[in-house]
Amino acid sequence: MIKSIEELKQIRDKYKDVLQNREAEENKIRILVGMATCGIAAGARDTINAIVDEVHKENINNAVVVQTGCMGFCYAEPTVEVRFPGKSPVLYGKVDAERGREIVRRHVKNGEVISEWVLKG
Amino acid sequence: MPLRMELLVCGGTGCQASNSSRVLEVLREGIQEANLQEEVRVLMTGCFGFCEKGPIVKVMPDNIFYVEVDEESARKIVREHVIKGRIVEEKIYKEPETEERLPEQSSIPFYKKQIRIALRNCGKIDPENINEYIASDGYMALARVLTEMTPEEVIDAVKRSGLRGRGGGGFPTGLKWEATRKSKSDVKYIICNADEGDPGAFMDRSILEGDPHSVLEGMAIAGYAIGAQFGYIYVRAEYPLAIHRLRIAISQAREMGLLGKNILGTNFSFDVEIKIGAGAFICGEETALINSIEGGRGEPTVKPPYPAQVGLWKKPTNINNVETFANVPPIILNGAEWFSSIGTEKSKGTKVFALAGKVNNVGLVEVPMGITLREIIYDLGGGIKGGKKFKAVQTGGPSGGCIPAEHLDTPIDYDTLNALGSMMGSGGMIVMDEDDCMVNIAKFYLEFSCDESCGRCTACRVGNKRMLEILNKITEGKGEMEDLEMLKELAETVKDSSLCGLGQTSPNPVLSTMKFFYDEYLAHVKDKSCPAGVCTELLKYYIIPEKCVGCTACAKVCPVNVIHGEPRKVHVIDREGCIKCGECYRTCRFGAITRK
Repeated sequence: MIKSIEELKQIRDKYKDVLQNREAEENKIRILVGMATCGIAAGARDTINAIVDEVHKENINNAVVVQTGCMGFCYAEPTVEVRFPGKSPVLYGKVDAERGREIVRRHVKNGEVISEWVLKG
Repeated sequence: MPLRMELLVCGGTGCQASNSSRVLEVLREGIQEANLQEEVRVLMTGCFGFCEKGPIVKVMPDNIFYVEVDEESARKIVREHVIKGRIVEEKIYKEPETEERLPEQSSIPFYKKQIRIALRNCGKIDPENINEYIASDGYMALARVLTEMTPEEVIDAVKRSGLRGRGGGGFPTGLKWEATRKSKSDVKYIICNADEGDPGAFMDRSILEGDPHSVLEGMAIAGYAIGAQFGYIYVRAEYPLAIHRLRIAISQAREMGLLGKNILGTNFSFDVEIKIGAGAFICGEETALINSIEGGRGEPTVKPPYPAQVGLWKKPTNINNVETFANVPPIILNGAEWFSSIGTEKSKGTKVFALAGKVNNVGLVEVPMGITLREIIYDLGGGIKGGKKFKAVQTGGPSGGCIPAEHLDTPIDYDTLNALGSMMGSGGMIVMDEDDCMVNIAKFYLEFSCDESCGRCTACRVGNKRMLEILNKITEGKGEMEDLEMLKELAETVKDSSLCGLGQTSPNPVLSTMKFFYDEYLAHVKDKSCPAGVCTELLKYYIIPEKCVGCTACAKVCPVNVIHGEPRKVHVIDREGCIKCGECYRTCRFGAITRK
């Protein structure tokens, strides 16, 4: 039973997260995780789940986490690409769960490119 | 483990008819097998509107829009997209002209000019989960109304928004509310008219199926504004899925305390009951609907008194249509000025249309008032099927009229459509091409009105019947010039002397086709021919000697053996015994058979 407008707002905010993923806004930051066979074999699933979890924990509303196919850097899997709208993408290699979380905290949240993990094609 | 991907499967009646429930199961099974059920979720939403290309599956947050998904492609979507992040190209919508694949919903031309207010949550939320509605600001408008606004302020906001009834008449909603508010009575009622009956129309059904809470919220707001504590939803039995979802929605809203006593801790109480109708078209008329709820015959009564004064159980009653109610919460939340900034001078906001007939993209669209018919049919609808020539568009169902090509660029709203001899109606829009006979179309709608006339007024009961007899005569090649005059006179009499909207508008399809396609009537009456080749009785089949190679195919399929000729020589049809079935015409591979 909802007894007040405050309680209604609480429910709204509790479930807002669920709907966040369904908003197709074009000016969001996109975090792409390579999930081809090589990526999955190298642990990309742990990476993507860690990234999704960290985005939630940090309450980042302007980013979506999307999996993508092979990016051609099989030696450096799992790979993660961060795309800020209007900026050129940054590609990271050998991203395990821990690095994934750090990329979310430092790059996605604070805009700091972690240059030592950046892959140079 | 956090959820990282959602697959939204359309659960509207259209997509369910093309097996979307099975697609949903297959997706779930595949995800289970891959052990991804903690990370990836499959859920059923309301109608996406793009029924032509159903079943629709939308993957979020990837923002990939899959069309025509069957069991096999559902397995592939799991295998490729869900597991490996590879888009299944062949199930992405392909733009027919450029052949370009458009993976994002917003880039598909069908969606480009749409503004979704009434359909805001359809295809986005799970209609069977009230939490998702609340998460999209659901019931916040009701909360605001109950805690911050007086009933008069609510009515004022709806008046200023310019919202007009979406069920057909186009009466200003705010004025209706005000009239019911001013009627003095201890008990008042709200009725939601969900008796959608126009052939080919499914706007209201889709809203009820895809976002039932928006209607409940709109009704509760109306209840507060006029001083009613109880509402009925009158919905036809042919809408089982809509009824099912409404029932779930009502019980969830009651459980949460958003319907029932002392809503949100205020002293406002409001509850809703579903009334299932038997599917009579006349019950969409408000006084007939009231009679039906009371257990009487679905017959209209004289107005005034209007339901706002004497309605259900003789109490003041406010009746609005489904789409009208669905528009109310956004008006309260975003403001009357926001709503009135969309649309034309006298018709504000958007209108949902059910686009059907000979158009490439059949489906549901919500467009701003003032858009042109051409934009709807060509930009959203993707033009005419098979590259044929556009002939007319029928709006407003059996009460509406046919609009010819020369008016395609008219910005449409309530008033411009009326001026063209048609009407907005509830939003049915049926496109006709060169193969449609306009006399036959008029006959189709008149047959519908004859069936659905309640029989109360002689003009409607007998007049429509006589008109239908004349149209039958004309399409059988027995029409005379006097018949056309009689037809027109009858049409005007039925219009003028019927009690309710059904009789007052049922001659519109005849009148509008006579106005814009008089030459087709003349061809039927004077030349005894049907230019579109539809009216069987008027067709004559000929073999063109220059094209006939004597293959004997036509003679073999003729069921009455009236095609004669030796092999490799020109054949001839003996028209005496010809039953005009058209088999030879469809069989000939050389285009040697023609009909006039």
